[in-house]
Amino acid sequence: MRPFTYTRAKDPSSAINQLAGNPNAKFLAGGTNLLDLMKEDIERPDELVDITELGLSDIKVIAAGPRKGGISIGGLGKNTDAANHALIRQNYPLLTQSILAGASGQIRNMATNGGNLLQRTRCPYFYEVSMPCNKREPGSGCGALEGINRMHAIFGWTEKCVAVYPSDMAIALAALDAVVKVRNASGQERIIPFADFHRLPGDKPEQDTNLAHGELITALELPKNNFADRSYYLKVRDRASYAFALVSVAAALEISNTTIVQARIAMGGVAHKPWRALKAEKMLIGKEATAANFKLAADAEMAEAKPLEHNRFKVELGNRSIVLALEMAMNGGKA
Amino acid sequence: MNDENNASELTEDEKKLFEDLMPEEMDEILDTGVNRRHFLKLMTLAGGGVLVAQSVVAEQLLIRPLSPLATEFSSATLENGVTVSFKVNGTTRKLMVDSRMTLLDTLRERLELTGSKKGCDHGQCGACTVIVNGQRVLSCLTLAASCEGKRVQTVEGLAQGDTLHPMQAAFLKHDGFQCGFCTPGQLCSAVALMDEAKNGHASYVTETVRKQAGPVQLSNEEIRERMSGNLCRCGAYPNIVAAIQEVHSGKPVEQTFRFSA
Repeated sequence: MRPFTYTRAKDPSSAINQLAGNPNAKFLAGGTNLLDLMKEDIERPDELVDITELGLSDIKVIAAGPRKGGISIGGLGKNTDAANHALIRQNYPLLTQSILAGASGQIRNMATNGGNLLQRTRCPYFYEVSMPCNKREPGSGCGALEGINRMHAIFGWTEKCVAVYPSDMAIALAALDAVVKVRNASGQERIIPFADFHRLPGDKPEQDTNLAHGELITALELPKNNFADRSYYLKVRDRASYAFALVSVAAALEISNTTIVQARIAMGGVAHKPWRALKAEKMLIGKEATAANFKLAADAEMAEAKPLEHNRFKVELGNRSIVLALEMAMNGGKA
Repeated sequence: MNDENNASELTEDEKKLFEDLMPEEMDEILDTGVNRRHFLKLMTLAGGGVLVAQSVVAEQLLIRPLSPLATEFSSATLENGVTVSFKVNGTTRKLMVDSRMTLLDTLRERLELTGSKKGCDHGQCGACTVIVNGQRVLSCLTLAASCEGKRVQTVEGLAQGDTLHPMQAAFLKHDGFQCGFCTPGQLCSAVALMDEAKNGHASYVTETVRKQAGPVQLSNEEIRERMSGNLCRCGAYPNIVAAIQEVHSGKPVEQTFRFSA
């Protein structure tokens, strides 16, 4: 690991200012991804600002504003605490399931809610510094495009990058229309809608998100919804546990009698960002909640998939996963 | 560093011994004294009979205590030294560490607590699991510098004197290991898991996460899911699950291993 200076920030504004003064500085929160990448010589900060003592870990009902009655989750709270908080388990079980589908007990005890969103891809060509990777080394090429790309994207990729985004938690947040609250060096707060937080690779795969350097994630906010009775996070992976998704689906339905009033479907393991299945959602509104309609919706979404050489299976897998996740949601989200 | 005195205590014969046997280590030995690694190498050579010729000198060396581990660094010797103070198994330890030093390396290399193991060093195997402020974490992905004021419990802190922690006793009873390398991490993880169950934590295989009514009784499937961050290359999983289930349920669990006829 390369040398870096380490400081413990005492309050959010001094942490943000410290980062603003050094383009090579990074915040250190849970460190579960950052330290690993530093050991691999992929991340090379010369300064770490430890933000774990800043607080910013409350989980509370939002009292006013556009998301009134929704919930605010502190950016520096731990994943374990978010997943097990009574308010979240009761009102956003989809979020609980998605967090618990990721990593291991130890890692969820360390990882923060804001940091979870900033995980970098686990593409092996990104991790292997002897291989070309436009995300790690802009302009060097993409090793995965013509390489072993079984784990890679089927939506939204470009020739610059076919990597997928690894977080499970973020897939549920995308489905639940969360927003990300961030604070910058001038003390201003801004709200980033979840769909705009992560980026597709385009010509700049080195840029995972639209977060600017020095901006601190202070909270994630979820609007109130009526999905708690019918939601499910389905994760399909090579091992039963402690593995990244081949395909995952966060599904949530609001039903009136037998008719679908609202539908949310987001997919993980298929794109450079959480993939909202908007076509499938649109197909379902006003329809009966039947397996046949779920299949039509899945067909509509997956028709747009562009698989690579080794991940053709993800198209059929994604199709069936959408149907199964919706059926599990209809069954009350039971595991 | 305070080891130069120890280094200069090597006799001429001993210096010659090291020069003959491990010339590439000589500078380091003269500089910082004989450490555990040198000692182990010497033992290996002794085991192979290479030492016979120098046996008298070697024997004298082998019965001498090793140099005390360097626990004292100053900001003059470390580029980015951070002073940190935290409790390890109930004892407060204060030391200056390189900012890059992980908690795992600090425990093993600076505090002589080699129970926590370095398996992958990348957060993929769980062998380095320790309990910090009551929660199981990976010490290989934790900077020592970030542990200021925290309480760290390692496998060395589980037993009370000669009385094993119930989880350790259950691992012995159920043969919850073969080579034992993952065991310290498995034990710390399992001990912390008991508290998570008491606190009603859910897992991905919990049937209904919306129900939250106090302590949860874990099925074997739940234990497997919740222990998935601890890999065991020997495949002792059924026995590990049996051991944890016995401690968790408080009832004897049938031993799952069978001797061949």
